[in-house]
Amino acid sequence: MQNEQLAEKMCEGFPDRNFGDVMVVGAGISGIQASLDLATAGYKVYLVEKSPTVGGHMSQLDKTFPTNDCSMCIESPKFLECKRHPNIEILTMAEVDRVQGEAGNFTVTLTKKPRYINEDLCTGCTTCVEYCPVLVPDPFNQSISTNKAVHIYFAQAVPLVPYIDENCLYLDGKQCTICQGVCQNRTIDLRQTPETLIVKVGAIVLAPGFEVFDPKVTGDYRYGEFQNVVTSLDYERLLCATGPYEGEILRASDRKHPRKIAWIHCVGSRRVTAGNNSYCSAVCCTYTQKQVILTKDHDAEAECTIFHNDIRSYSKGFERFYQRAASLPGVRFIRSYVSIGREDPETKNVTVKYATTDNGVQEEEFDMVVLSVGLQPPKGYMALADTFGVPLNSHGFCSSNPANPIETPRSGIFVAGSFQGPMDIPEAVYTASGAGSQCSELLSFRRGKLSKERVYPQEKDVSAEDPRVGVFVCHCGANIGRVVDVPSTVDYALTLPNVVYAQEQLFSCATNSAKEITDTIKEKGLNRVVVAACTPRTHEPVFRDTLREGGINQYLYDMANIREHCSWVHSKEKEDATQKAKDLIRMSVARVCCLEPLQEFDLPVDKAALVVGGGIAGMTSAQSLATQGFEVYLVEKDSDLGGMARRIHYTLDGMNVQDFVRDLKRKVYRNPLIHVITDGTITNVAGYVGNFTTTVSSNGMVREIHHGAAVLATGGAEYRPTEYFYGTDDRVLTQLELEETIDKKDEKLSTAKTLVMIQCVGCRNEERGYCARICCSHAIKNALKIKEVNPETDVYILFQDMRTYGFNEDYYRDASEKDIKFIRFDPQDKPVAEAGDAEDGRPVLQVSVTDSILGNRLVLDADYLVLSAAVIPAEDIGELSQLFKVALSPEGFFQEAHVKLRPVDFAAEGVYLCGTAHYPKHLSEVINQAYGAAGRAAVLLSQDSVSASGSVCEVDEHACIGCGACVEACTYGAIELQKTRHGNKAKVISVVCKGDGLCNAKCPTGAIALKHYTDEEVFRQIDAEIPDTVALSSK
Amino acid sequence: MSAAIDFKPRILGFLCNWCCYGGADLCGVSRFQYPPYLRVIRLMCSGRVDLSFILRAFSNGADGVFIGGCHINDCHYNTEGNYDALNLMYLCKKLLEHIGLNPDRLRLEWVSAGEGIRFSEVMNDFGKQIKALGPLGSSEGMDLDEIKSRIAEITKLVPYIKMVYRDKLASRSRTQEAYDTLFTREGIETLFQDVVSYYIDPAKCQGCSTCLRRCPVDAIIGGKSTIHVIDQDKCIKCGTCFEVCPPRFGSVMKISREPVPPPIPEEARTIVRKKKHAQAEETLQPVS
Repeated sequence: MQNEQLAEKMCEGFPDRNFGDVMVVGAGISGIQASLDLATAGYKVYLVEKSPTVGGHMSQLDKTFPTNDCSMCIESPKFLECKRHPNIEILTMAEVDRVQGEAGNFTVTLTKKPRYINEDLCTGCTTCVEYCPVLVPDPFNQSISTNKAVHIYFAQAVPLVPYIDENCLYLDGKQCTICQGVCQNRTIDLRQTPETLIVKVGAIVLAPGFEVFDPKVTGDYRYGEFQNVVTSLDYERLLCATGPYEGEILRASDRKHPRKIAWIHCVGSRRVTAGNNSYCSAVCCTYTQKQVILTKDHDAEAECTIFHNDIRSYSKGFERFYQRAASLPGVRFIRSYVSIGREDPETKNVTVKYATTDNGVQEEEFDMVVLSVGLQPPKGYMALADTFGVPLNSHGFCSSNPANPIETPRSGIFVAGSFQGPMDIPEAVYTASGAGSQCSELLSFRRGKLSKERVYPQEKDVSAEDPRVGVFVCHCGANIGRVVDVPSTVDYALTLPNVVYAQEQLFSCATNSAKEITDTIKEKGLNRVVVAACTPRTHEPVFRDTLREGGINQYLYDMANIREHCSWVHSKEKEDATQKAKDLIRMSVARVCCLEPLQEFDLPVDKAALVVGGGIAGMTSAQSLATQGFEVYLVEKDSDLGGMARRIHYTLDGMNVQDFVRDLKRKVYRNPLIHVITDGTITNVAGYVGNFTTTVSSNGMVREIHHGAAVLATGGAEYRPTEYFYGTDDRVLTQLELEETIDKKDEKLSTAKTLVMIQCVGCRNEERGYCARICCSHAIKNALKIKEVNPETDVYILFQDMRTYGFNEDYYRDASEKDIKFIRFDPQDKPVAEAGDAEDGRPVLQVSVTDSILGNRLVLDADYLVLSAAVIPAEDIGELSQLFKVALSPEGFFQEAHVKLRPVDFAAEGVYLCGTAHYPKHLSEVINQAYGAAGRAAVLLSQDSVSASGSVCEVDEHACIGCGACVEACTYGAIELQKTRHGNKAKVISVVCKGDGLCNAKCPTGAIALKHYTDEEVFRQIDAEIPDTVALSSK
Repeated sequence: MSAAIDFKPRILGFLCNWCCYGGADLCGVSRFQYPPYLRVIRLMCSGRVDLSFILRAFSNGADGVFIGGCHINDCHYNTEGNYDALNLMYLCKKLLEHIGLNPDRLRLEWVSAGEGIRFSEVMNDFGKQIKALGPLGSSEGMDLDEIKSRIAEITKLVPYIKMVYRDKLASRSRTQEAYDTLFTREGIETLFQDVVSYYIDPAKCQGCSTCLRRCPVDAIIGGKSTIHVIDQDKCIKCGTCFEVCPPRFGSVMKISREPVPPPIPEEARTIVRKKKHAQAEETLQPVS
């Protein structure tokens, strides 16, 4: 009581800062996603981060696998989105001290550490950084290089404000105040003290992320002792253009390029010795392969050696990525445990001792050794758990409920991202969306009550003005500036017609640059803007928003792509690249001058969802959406709900799946907002985001469902093996069949002497190049169960790589300890089975396999042969993908919009995906993802309207001759012919128009035009391609 | 010889936003290198590429034109605009041949957003090819002015070509054979020989203004009680006037393989109407 009064008293001082819906703790990619989802759905969010900027570990990565997208480039637009979101309040350098209260009404006490700079006044001009005399190790660059004691954490930081390190001379002895003297805005306050904040929220999302393993703890690999032994995160910074050596991979000892580089896998992971972690960190295999590919990009001559245990390429596209890395010239994958030998006192090269079956123990010298370090719980996890009142598992991660890994025992507190356990970025993203969904389940009654609408200044009518173009040319740090002579392009831009202003910018996408653009629009009276920077595919929305802030129509903007299409692809031809940049700017200026202001229009959103597939994924999504108050139609093609889970009885972590399915089905059937349609087939899908009409036929009944969003959760299927006598010999089972047999307590099975399992049946082969992710864990699950039933049964698992990633590694170890025998075979030399008799005369299947470690041929007398058959895409996935206009991945599963950052969205708006239809995955992962898809769909359904592009087609009725060529071209049905007094005329239904512009190209008279890409606008751009020299000489 | 070495081709590219532009982006992200000849215009779909865009680029002296779209059956839109781009490419190559330009100067490729390496391969190859062909017209033995005037002739006929080949340009053929025969040199020659023109017979025109109001490009000159005349330079040969001229007058003529008669002099266009019972022929006596 006393505390509450105190809290209320404290709150009086911060009228705007004390009340919200949700607090998100941790502003890495997971926290950012949770905040954006919740804020867009109408909740006021406090995003709390202990470091000086949002971004988390993802911002330190150079690229992301398996697409090798630039990590910062894909993440930083989200920083800006958070910053600009009216419903998100970001609190950096803040930590939670205490959480009181209960779900719906938490009182959180935080401490905001001093930044020594007034965030509200600072412009981020960095004059203080320039004058600061003290160099300190730069934490963003893993302390490989130095930075000033006052500096901005990284160039795209949000907030884009410096902070002062504790090594500052003033803070460490009151000796220097130079920065205060040079700061023109008087924003530096060296006497700042920690500030206590009290915030009331209804729910909390914990997204504190992970810490990388510190190899110094065990000292095994001489990290910190030998200069050329680095961690993989250090190496990530070395690879990065914004890293310590501007993207050059250099050795700390002599600043020379290493030629021979070794990676050591599983550092800190998969070990039970003190200081190490017993689990598998799940991401290291693939990030190592990424680093190898990038190293070869940097230096084609580099020799890369990877010392590994099992290669765990278990996720979508990973196996192909592994093959790609392994097939590069000069790349060796060596399966061996290793130890670090010695450091050459002169060259500082490091030797690595390893052993192979062919050559025994060897010692080899390398220029650099990279330790592929694992992930561990966030720093101070014990205190964290204590503060929030959540339990930890034996590894120090948040203890989770396998039936809902996002919830914690403390109601109202949810976990997103790698605090659940080691995971990759997409999982961190969808668990964040899932946590958003569960917060919304709790708080839907107050949705929108605290939210604010983004207010833009009144749009200026520029139709009567001559074009006044401003050109902003971005250096992108050194990405553009190191190849393209940026100042000369600025000078050139100023010579172009209608250009009244041009300038260069270090990062046009940074917050201060955006402000610079809006200020310039106002000061110079610009009515059109060209930004010459990177690709409009990622950054156009950011700059369009900047124009709106500047009070001009967002379509009066064009982007010259001088990075992806210029500096990065012509890096050796600086002059030609500079000329090309000028040409692209000239073309953009020509185009922007004739662009018209366009208005986006609002489409109403039908607040119902369609969920296709009634398995665990579909039911979980449906249930979460309905709990948030949305009407849900759940369509299942089978006659009953449950999907594949009906054949699963238990999980590795001991969950009773049948009980869970029964319980979930009951919840779904009992929810008045969920309409279940079984035996349903979807025959037609019409409409668009917010307004779909789907035709479903079920038992002869045909009904039309109107819905705003759709979640596709149609699952997968078990491969029917054609190998190993499957289907002809009843001693050959698949893992699912084995599970059912175990569940039936089959007598024959429980008395079997020997059971042999073969992994990767039907996958990791030529026909199906992918790894089906779950089979290794399933095999271990069933093997352990068999040992439980009859410890005398000999169980053999024949495998290529055991892919028990994450915490499942513990069960792999458990299985070894229980004497389950693991025999690794070579994919070139697969096990062979034939019918025969055992020595004791019993009829068996004789499975022969070459043990790749011992090299000898073993013959196993199997009473049962169990095939770990691949998970394959569902049969009808192709039809569904066509109906919903969504893509399939090369493996034949649904293809998400972006593998890392939009893992449950389709490129087609308003359609989401989850579960095995996306890729095989474990039950807990399916549930996580299903909540994620529900969260994303709920963000859409929470809106009253979605805005549609202004770039749609329009008909000039006079010029239309009613020939119908456009109608024929538009299979969206967006164009109709209407009878008028002057004959048939085409008419566009704007909401249905997708803006592809086919009709425009077909129209003989030029009557129909795609706005923003009209003939005139394209012609101007084509004409502007003519080089100045040619244009001059022809005059 | 040194001119050939110094020759830096000008290639204009029309890239669809969803696949090829993304592929070009990924190519950049992956730092795959290609020569700096290409200037890109981003369109939402390769099906947006208009015949006149390609002609304009060559008329402007571009040495090569590139169209990049999504792989067939992979179009972002369910209108499958990449088929339209494919049809257009086949037509345009024949038109280039007709003009006397090497059809290899136009290239269409499918590049997905995941095929960064492929984009650089295509650009390296196309760059090399265009470099070998030399500046526009050099290997074809034409100077730019001649090329411009020949293209101008075709450009004028773009609306007509779109109408005549409407079905072919919208076809969705699934076999290479179908594409090989979709457009032929002979077909193109016949098309140009048979080009129609429309002419208003001054003897029949009643000056009713129907055609004048309906002409989509305002190519008909005239007014009330004035004989209408088609401005042949503005006319796009859509035939609307022919369709809408009241049958009782039937004054619009379709002319092919024959010269169009010169327009009747301005001073002779006033229509003097005689009494009701008079002969039709007589009613149309111009005042001279």
